[in-house]
Amino acid sequence: MSATIDNAAAAPLTAPVDKAPPSLLRRLPQSRVAMVGLGLIIFWVALATLAPLLPLDPPNKQDLMALADPRPSARHWLGTDFKGRDILSRLIWGARTVLSVAPLAALAAYLVGCPLGLAAGYYGGKVDTIISRISDIILSFPIIILYVILIANIGPSALNIVLAVVLTAAPGIARIVRGLTLEQRHLDYIAAAQLRRESALYIMFIELLPNCRGPLITDFCLRVGYTIITIGILGFLGLGLPPPDPDWGTMVKEGTAMISVRPHMSLFPSIAIVSLILGFNLLADGVRELSLRD
Amino acid sequence: MGGYIIKRGASLILTLFAASFLVFAVTEFSPSNVARKTLGPFALQSQVDILYEKLGLQDPLAVRYTRWLGVLLGLKADPLQDPALGLQFKDPRGDKYFGNFGYSTLYKAPVNDVIWSRLKATAALAGIAFALIVPLSLLFGVLAGMREGSGLDRTISVFGIIATSVPEFASGVFLVAFFVVTLGWLPGTSPLDSGGGWPIWSQMILPVTVLVLYDAGYVVRMVRGSMAEVMNKAYIRTAVLKGLPMRDVVVRHAVRNAMIAPFTVILLQINFLISGVVVTEMVFAYPGFGRMILDASLFGDIALIEAATLIALTIAILTQLVSDVGYAVLNPQIRLA
Repeated sequence: MSATIDNAAAAPLTAPVDKAPPSLLRRLPQSRVAMVGLGLIIFWVALATLAPLLPLDPPNKQDLMALADPRPSARHWLGTDFKGRDILSRLIWGARTVLSVAPLAALAAYLVGCPLGLAAGYYGGKVDTIISRISDIILSFPIIILYVILIANIGPSALNIVLAVVLTAAPGIARIVRGLTLEQRHLDYIAAAQLRRESALYIMFIELLPNCRGPLITDFCLRVGYTIITIGILGFLGLGLPPPDPDWGTMVKEGTAMISVRPHMSLFPSIAIVSLILGFNLLADGVRELSLRD
Repeated sequence: MGGYIIKRGASLILTLFAASFLVFAVTEFSPSNVARKTLGPFALQSQVDILYEKLGLQDPLAVRYTRWLGVLLGLKADPLQDPALGLQFKDPRGDKYFGNFGYSTLYKAPVNDVIWSRLKATAALAGIAFALIVPLSLLFGVLAGMREGSGLDRTISVFGIIATSVPEFASGVFLVAFFVVTLGWLPGTSPLDSGGGWPIWSQMILPVTVLVLYDAGYVVRMVRGSMAEVMNKAYIRTAVLKGLPMRDVVVRHAVRNAMIAPFTVILLQINFLISGVVVTEMVFAYPGFGRMILDASLFGDIALIEAATLIALTIAILTQLVSDVGYAVLNPQIRLA
């Protein structure tokens, strides 16, 4: 214990976070990969935000004239779907759903997973055992199967998808945060905070958590990407957000029924999904590389 | 080592019980649903009430779970097979045997008659995919991680990110649009019978490709990361400086140590693959286990959902055990910790 006190006295009593190099956000332009990813995300966010202002058909409006030839045309740039609805409009309106549900679900999973991981790592002992065991149980499931039985039972809705993501992702987040906490728990700045008699909550959320942020930002981006995949898969499996509002995965599913004659109906929604996921994955990769550099 | 395996094994069996309870809780949480789903949408409410009574669905969840477990282990007779109920749930194996998963209301047959042939079809699909994923991702991962930052590394890494960004249903759409619709080289569905004029092997190509693309992208990045880390170690520099040819440095010194971390990841891919096959089987109408789980969930076939999830879990948990033990064998440090 005396060694800890000596160290604490020698080093400034502040967390390393204060002397960190310029924030990740400011260094982002250094990574081309991250910028490409960010560009893709901003592209979709902009379209989704501007959707009401764009000269688009309403996403659920059926153009019966287009049914004769639903292929891309001057009137419908990306063609229409099997009901004569404008695919471009449905993609842009659908982006609003996916861009609000996916980050929200990932955020909710973090709100649950972070405190659990911090508690498991900081307190150790019984708390750790209980949290880790429960996490292991949920993580041992093949994830899609868990989603399918959950959503098939509680019904598909935006809220239920968020709940399912929280249940399945929070244990993974808890595990990562726990690992990061274990690395930091014995460092001097924690000893210093304990010596100052800071509360456990203060140490966990104000001291520990900000110092774990590098890997967590990367993980968050990856998780948003993965949640978009999940929402897409649920839609594709027929467990997506209830029709008629546009949902990318559901659009792919409906399109595949006609893929041999009208491939554009499933191709464009697939490209949209891939581009958005790619955006988050590239951003995650760029951020990871930047945070490894220091 | 023996003690370690027993300890891990015991904790995994506990996990299996807890996880199966979770599945049971999700599917049978609302007891009135259980009776309703067993009888189907056209049954009278009075019939549903009678079944509710006979099955003891008013009992607490834990009691019902033990009862279900009793039937599964062959300690109790399956109450649904009681002829007095008049459900016509007949199983040639009898109503009390080990591994009695009950009766599938969707396929109107004992679960054991339905499940194993589909599991075999899926095992073939996942097995071929796995046999391709491992060597491919090791090769590309080592090539990329060998010289971090080289042109080859960057190309492989970017392809890896792209591959993991394309969900199975999207790559299915892309591949079908190109190879089936445009070129006409391959069949777009894989019903596993050659009646449509396509030999069975040709029906495997696209589903396997879809699985390989998605999973290999992930494993390649893992192997690459691990390889790059090892290449920065002092003993590799020593090996290079003492004049060993690059080939020998990589093959003799680096690869063996770089394989420890990806080993666990590769085995955990089996868990990923089980998830992946659900989607892939849907894309190609492949008569497998994953599609059956989806159909059962959408229909509300409780016995089949529980059986299928339990089997998928067992596979996932067994691979976890193998990966834990393998990791301990490869890396003695973990045993000391």
